Amino acid sequence: MSTTNPPLPELEIDPRLYRHLADAQVNVELDTGDMILNLGPQHPATHGTLRLVVRLDGERVMSADPVIGYMHRGYEKLTEFRTYPQVTTLINRIDWLSSFANEVPFIDAAEQLMGIEAPPRAQYIRTILTELSRIATFLLFLGEMGLQVGALTPAFYGFRDREHILNLIEAATGGRFHPNFNRIGGLKDDLPWGWINDTRTAMKTVFDACDTFEDLVAGNEIFEARTRSIGIIPPEVGTSYGVSGSNLRASGVDWDLRRDGKPYLAYPEIDFRVWTHPDGDSFARYWVRLQETREAARMVLQLLDKLPSGKIMAKVPLIIKVPEGEIWAETENPLGQMGYYVISRGATGPFRVKIRSASFSNVSILPWLLRGVFVPDVITILGSLYFILGDIDR
Amino acid sequence: MLAIDIGWGTTLAIKTLVILMLVPTGALILGYTFLLKVMSHMQSRLGPMDPGGFHGWFQLIGDGIKFIQKEDLTPAEADRRVFAFAPAVVVISTFLVFLVIPAGPDIVVKDLDVGVFYALAVSSLSVIGVLMAGWASANKFALLGALRAAAQLIAYELPLLLAVVGVVVQAGTMSLQGIVSAQSHNSIFGWNGIGFPLVLTQVVGFVLFLIASQAELTQTPFDMPVAESELVAGYMVEYTGFRFLFFFIGEFGTAFAFAAISATLFLGGWALPASWGISVGVMRFLGPGVLFAKIMGVAFLMFWVRFTYPRLREDQLQALAWKFLIPIGLANILLTGTLKVAF
Amino acid sequence: MKKLKVPGLIGGLGITLKTMLKPAVTVQYPHEREEPPTRARGVIALKEENCTVCMLCARQCPDWCIYIEGHKEKRPPRREGGRERTVSVLDRFDIDYALCMYCGICVEVCPFDALFWSPEYEYSEWNIARMLHDKQKLGEWMDFVPEREPLEVGAEVKK
Repeated sequence: MSTTNPPLPELEIDPRLYRHLADAQVNVELDTGDMILNLGPQHPATHGTLRLVVRLDGERVMSADPVIGYMHRGYEKLTEFRTYPQVTTLINRIDWLSSFANEVPFIDAAEQLMGIEAPPRAQYIRTILTELSRIATFLLFLGEMGLQVGALTPAFYGFRDREHILNLIEAATGGRFHPNFNRIGGLKDDLPWGWINDTRTAMKTVFDACDTFEDLVAGNEIFEARTRSIGIIPPEVGTSYGVSGSNLRASGVDWDLRRDGKPYLAYPEIDFRVWTHPDGDSFARYWVRLQETREAARMVLQLLDKLPSGKIMAKVPLIIKVPEGEIWAETENPLGQMGYYVISRGATGPFRVKIRSASFSNVSILPWLLRGVFVPDVITILGSLYFILGDIDR
Repeated sequence: MLAIDIGWGTTLAIKTLVILMLVPTGALILGYTFLLKVMSHMQSRLGPMDPGGFHGWFQLIGDGIKFIQKEDLTPAEADRRVFAFAPAVVVISTFLVFLVIPAGPDIVVKDLDVGVFYALAVSSLSVIGVLMAGWASANKFALLGALRAAAQLIAYELPLLLAVVGVVVQAGTMSLQGIVSAQSHNSIFGWNGIGFPLVLTQVVGFVLFLIASQAELTQTPFDMPVAESELVAGYMVEYTGFRFLFFFIGEFGTAFAFAAISATLFLGGWALPASWGISVGVMRFLGPGVLFAKIMGVAFLMFWVRFTYPRLREDQLQALAWKFLIPIGLANILLTGTLKVAF
Repeated sequence: MKKLKVPGLIGGLGITLKTMLKPAVTVQYPHEREEPPTRARGVIALKEENCTVCMLCARQCPDWCIYIEGHKEKRPPRREGGRERTVSVLDRFDIDYALCMYCGICVEVCPFDALFWSPEYEYSEWNIARMLHDKQKLGEWMDFVPEREPLEVGAEVKK
């Protein structure tokens, strides 16, 4: 057995295979001057198990390659063998920070296939809980974006203020993170006594928290120096890559499914403003999400004032069999545009569910976006795009 | 100083022992008060409460014991001797700074005539330790951190120096004891109620010194070398156990030392104003206490800034030093010199 | 009064100082406890007399973490001359809390109201085998099941 390795053959690397050979290139090419750095699956900045293979020249990024799949849980396969209530439980865990919002498009799809409509009170409460999830996840974003650029304190304020929202969700649904509250035809249960007043008080805390973040982070000159003109996404590039949600609105594209798409839940009945920012840099994404948090709090207060009384659940049979058909339902989730394509063959569970998650498309822009930036800016951009690994990998 | 005459060997031994005990104790006190308790309250939480019973005072000591009994890991591809020696270099430079800091009328290891110059020169030795640590770790993250640290620490030596020159010009001497007595014995336009702490005229110098020492200690907003959310401890990332403990003691010991130097140069050090008429004998007891209080005040400013601000990017950091702080420092010296000659 | 425009750097320092001077929000867990709301999904309790071994909960569980075994017994007829009744008797009802997702489908689906939620959450064990709660332990949890709370205004009152 020889103790030296045979010489490596000359590899002609087909550019289409580049993504798959990210590992091989570490061994094959030992370029002078370029360093390959693995912002590996375990890293505080990557929000989970995202691996980013960057090729550096000093501190400048020459190319960046995200490698995803470290958290793939096989959702679409799991849904093939489960009934609708079981699937509802599972899909809570796709985007775990705003879990109520994940259930809504799926239940919407099933209800459309069955041809039933949830009663107005259920629609309103669903909207309120969706907006509460939006506030919860954005409060976390406002805090952790500060953490990505180096400030330690905003992260704790984010978690502290989020507790109020989580307590509200727990009081109504029983679970802080995974509410599992939607059912085909309505909601599982009605709100407990005193919930409306508690929510009104909590919204006041949300407004105060947004003001704190505006002063502590957005107004900080160092933060502005770190985030202005970093990671600019031009609107055409953003739409062609499928970026959605606040990221796209921060580039100036005025598109919000709550207002512009097919009407769903109780959104047609309240007024709200869609916030955009012309710049498209990381600071714009932070600013847009800050304003959207305030807007969501205002929407919740409007909804609470208009909450109709009545029943919570429409008339549905005991064993629910959704008739045959295919349907696509999408909603404006906090992370972006989330959609489900549900194919039903008349059984108690779906035949096939295709999940279009927002972060998957948001992350696809990274190789284009990260060329030529510094290493600290990579972290800022990753933080400002705000993806959740469970959403990317499902 | 003492009534009995002990030989120079015993004096040397006592002084060495005191310094060896003082540095970790100072690091511990600073670490506990500011890193654990003040930071926690600024973040609306409590910090350690259980270890030791009363508000967790034992936490850091327990951490120290835990670090000492850990396995001594060295990465397989690291340069063993350099890897082992790097923390020692950082800690040695910290110990050396404490030699000139006076804590009372005679309580100083050696009052050098070039005290200020010596202190600043010796504190820059830690740059070598950082570079050694980063290179010998055989880790790309550590290397990035070390290179950033080298650039940053060298760049911020200059504002540090320039800030101090103004003080030296005004006090007329480089020895730290001399600067302390200049502050306690002088008067402001004839009123000597509080002596003449140099911070009153050297405001610019004080701010400059604080900013530069913040950068020398690689604390936010200048903590690119140790960027926690990017490089996860930068040049220290491969260090575990008691080697990491050395780095920790080095970092907080140097913070203690810099706070002590700035308290001495700008706030009057161990001295209370001479017009208050406190005798030298009493000052021998009060001096360390007064110095400690001033150190805590300055350290609070440093750590307050550390916990609030995000970090500057490396090129912004360098631009701040070269294009902004150094011209201000030079202008400050010019102004001080002119006014000193005029009045 | 118009608010003074201070540079963001100074304003940030002010916020951290103010937070430092306010009391902390921490609840020191082992010594003080926060009460979870009434509906919190802590642990599932079993009311054995209501269970008819219909196996609906075990079938609907997404994780299949409920293990049920039962057998049929003959009982004397209710009145003279009638048929003998067969009754299902519960032998084994285990919930494996190491697998349980706390989704609540079993509680919801039970047609005989034999399962209830309780907000108790302090039942961690050192040994994972002890996370399998058997029939008797589940019955003990019934003491912790809270009363059904009143609903919010506007809700439909069910009888």
